[in-house]
Amino acid sequence: RRAAAAAAAPEPGSRAYASLLLAEHDGKALSKATLQTAAAAAQLPGASRLDVLVLGKGCGDVAKECSEIAGVGKVLVAESEQLAHPVADTTAELLLALQKQGDYKVIAGATSSLCKEALPRVAAKLDVQPVSDIISVGKEEGVFNRPMYAGNAIATVKLNDAVRVITFRPTAFEAAAKASAAAPVEPVAAETLASTGIEWVSDSEKQSDKPQLSSASRVVSGGRGLKNGENFEKVLEPLCDKMNAALGASRAAVDAGFVPNELQVGQTGKVVAPELYVAVGISGAIQHLAGMKDSKTIVAINKDPDAPIFQVADYGLVGDLFEKIPEMTAKV
Amino acid sequence: GWLKPVGSRSTSADEPAPRHLPSMRAVVAVKRVVDYAVKVRVKPDKSAVEIDSVKMSMNPFCEIAVEEGLRLKEKGHLKELIAVSCGPDKASETLRQALAMGADRAIHIKTTMRTDQELQPLAVAKLLAKIVEKESPNMVLLGKQAIDGDSSQTGAMLAGLMGWPQAGSASKVDVDEGKALISVAREVDSGIQEVKMPLPAVITADLRLNEPRYATLPNLMKAKKKPMEVLDATSMDVDLAPRMEVLRVEEPPARAGGKKVDSVDELLDKLKSEAKVL
Repeated sequence: RRAAAAAAAPEPGSRAYASLLLAEHDGKALSKATLQTAAAAAQLPGASRLDVLVLGKGCGDVAKECSEIAGVGKVLVAESEQLAHPVADTTAELLLALQKQGDYKVIAGATSSLCKEALPRVAAKLDVQPVSDIISVGKEEGVFNRPMYAGNAIATVKLNDAVRVITFRPTAFEAAAKASAAAPVEPVAAETLASTGIEWVSDSEKQSDKPQLSSASRVVSGGRGLKNGENFEKVLEPLCDKMNAALGASRAAVDAGFVPNELQVGQTGKVVAPELYVAVGISGAIQHLAGMKDSKTIVAINKDPDAPIFQVADYGLVGDLFEKIPEMTAKV
Repeated sequence: GWLKPVGSRSTSADEPAPRHLPSMRAVVAVKRVVDYAVKVRVKPDKSAVEIDSVKMSMNPFCEIAVEEGLRLKEKGHLKELIAVSCGPDKASETLRQALAMGADRAIHIKTTMRTDQELQPLAVAKLLAKIVEKESPNMVLLGKQAIDGDSSQTGAMLAGLMGWPQAGSASKVDVDEGKALISVAREVDSGIQEVKMPLPAVITADLRLNEPRYATLPNLMKAKKKPMEVLDATSMDVDLAPRMEVLRVEEPPARAGGKKVDSVDELLDKLKSEAKVL
């Protein structure tokens, strides 16, 4: 609400400026993270216009989705062979070219694989210090909150550079609403981006129609207590299916080879903040808590009553997961 | 087949084979941080996290970067591995650890600035760029993030400053036989992405790249004899001033957890009627 008002009419006296947001998508659909970062970007004090950049190849549907996000002034679409699978160098070159043309004062994105690669590169070329993983926006221009030390400290920082290169933690913001009228969509030239030779080779197949871990409203995660990968399938997945929850895992479970690494929740994996997070057979190391302690409701099921996970869990159930989870699956 | 160099942007079939680089060397950047198992506390004046008399160790991602450098050396891809750290006097201990693991020599860029919030990634990237210009390595290895600042920026910024290709969050690194191309499997949001790029390049290590070896006591003794160059950060012609002002550092809001339930039935009932999430 505040966001929409700020985007429509900057407060008198503030120096209005435009921001550029890099959209995230898989070629077909826009990611929820973009809706969340768009809402975050709309909160920037003094921001008068939010342009969204969609890059890729054949991403007209994604551009249309972006044009319907509340607070978006314009959608820029850069399509080329080179951008079909975005990599750091050409993405950074495109952002730099657009920054120069559009005189953007803020270049923003989500805390994502692509932005972590491309945005610091942009910042280095602009000789500015980026700010990563912002969880809230201050009232004063250039002031942000961000976590450090696996979320055990929250820093309030102020950027003094002329151009601000920032990433937002998507789960810290509500998704932007739908706009009443679609924003204009403009193609931008992207044919001649300087490359340092980073060549995309392949992406592992994305799996299944199940809820995505980073955007799911319910997450069930398993740890070392599951003992093997088969138990993830046999014990946890039926509960996930019944609850329409995404499956997650602790580092221990990933390191032991029970599940692939993209399911890891934690400081070094994904940060999630669902409505409901169920931690099964997870002790609750600092690094794991960093990835899930902003969940609305946390449930822990563990046979060790002293496991640290119980200190953050709203509801803790001490018991053998191999009994409790099937019972829960049957009753939920 | 992704490990083999196929006709890339820079090498076509008509061009001669990639030139052999006999003296391949790598720089590996390491950081001394509060040990990963320590639960940090914020100072009462809210200026920073308490780091005095707290256990410090090498950033876990940096250990993995050192290990990868050593493995590339053992495979014959590298002749020399140079460990570099920007930090206080005691960063020399972190460098000694890298030397004990097997790095050949070390460069300590001394600073009195706090490396978790004052000496920021832009300045570190610029300091590392100076070392890169001096040592002309074929690659720079770093961790994907330091577990204190959690910025995940330095590697990508260094690549930007050098105009080099980069691959962040690597879980597999392969140098081709001509030593001109490097293939990297990256851990990305949706799974694994494979990229390849010409050298020189910047690579940052993810957790699953390898399992770092321990420095044994005899190797720690030997490491004391390995060369360590000491430079002063302030004399390296780099603007070190923090561009990001840290106004305050606070504890996150505590969760009021700890409520236990006795049965699955009670749990489901609470989730429905109290938390209203089912």
